[in-house]
Amino acid sequence: MNSDHVGLLTVRVWRGREEGRFETYRVPARANQTVLDVVTEVQRSQEPALAYRFACRVGVCGSCAMTVNDRPRWTCRTHVARVREEGILTIEPLRNMPRIKDLACDLTPFFEKWQKAGGRHVATASRRDPLQKIDPRSKPRLAASAAIECINCAVCYSACDVVSWNAGYLGPAALNRAWTLVNDARHGARHETLDRAFADGGCASCHSQGNCTRHCPVELSPSESIAGLKRSALFGAPKLREPA
Amino acid sequence: MMERRFFLLQRLSALVLAPLVLVHLILILYAVRNGLTADEILGRTQGSLAWALFYGLFVVAAAVHAPLGLRNILREWTALGDRAAAGLAAAFALVLLLLGLRAVVAVVG
Repeated sequence: MNSDHVGLLTVRVWRGREEGRFETYRVPARANQTVLDVVTEVQRSQEPALAYRFACRVGVCGSCAMTVNDRPRWTCRTHVARVREEGILTIEPLRNMPRIKDLACDLTPFFEKWQKAGGRHVATASRRDPLQKIDPRSKPRLAASAAIECINCAVCYSACDVVSWNAGYLGPAALNRAWTLVNDARHGARHETLDRAFADGGCASCHSQGNCTRHCPVELSPSESIAGLKRSALFGAPKLREPA
Repeated sequence: MMERRFFLLQRLSALVLAPLVLVHLILILYAVRNGLTADEILGRTQGSLAWALFYGLFVVAAAVHAPLGLRNILREWTALGDRAAAGLAAAFALVLLLLGLRAVVAVVG
């Protein structure tokens, strides 16, 4: 197992909750290793009590997001060679959320804001109704499709400076979700979602700094979605043709 | 709804202000070409309905635009509550409006 190792890597890992300290570990540096591999190696070989979160290991679930050398990332999709600085990795939990233990944080406020921004789909048809037809090339559908692939990993929420100074701000992911629903002809509460996205702490609080878009691991642009919501203040929700 | 209205008002007032500020800046360059005298300024503005409307609109747009931005800054950068920030911004709006309109009356009337 150690045959491919090429020296040692220094890893500083956050231990504790809000109060805590960095502990330093040395693990074999390998030619091909992700940050999640490193965390797992630390936990299995040196620090069994280290708490962290992961599930799929292949960039599908979004649960392994952490702050690596000051930037939020999916650790499973981040190769060490790409991010280490002078042979050192510094790994912390995501920003802007309460810390539970070590590298795991509590995403409850993040998901609560998702709901607060009107992110719950309201059905307009039941399974007994015929399928609603949506033109995949219509402008609103294209806008929704461009933003729909969010998997709630909270990387954008962690990257957002506005969230860091304004705890009431809904954040990029929740507003991005609201924008997809505002553009969805099958959503029964489009105007309510728009109202919620514009409530106090909503899209008007965004400073368009673009950290969300810069860090989004699936390369979505919450900035663009929020700009769409802002435009709707002037022009109203995007006009949709009634689904056939 | 309130936030949405404030957001909209700030953008719309900016839209009004942008050309007015440009004309105002050009006017400054034009006005100082032979040195700046009160006589020259008053000669241009007194009795002029066009300048009264121009600067009247300018003052109203600025009195809407600036306090909304000030409210945001106070809410984000100070420990003031939302109501205190809104109160201060409203007071600032009133000051801008009164001083601005008084100045317009003074140079046009």
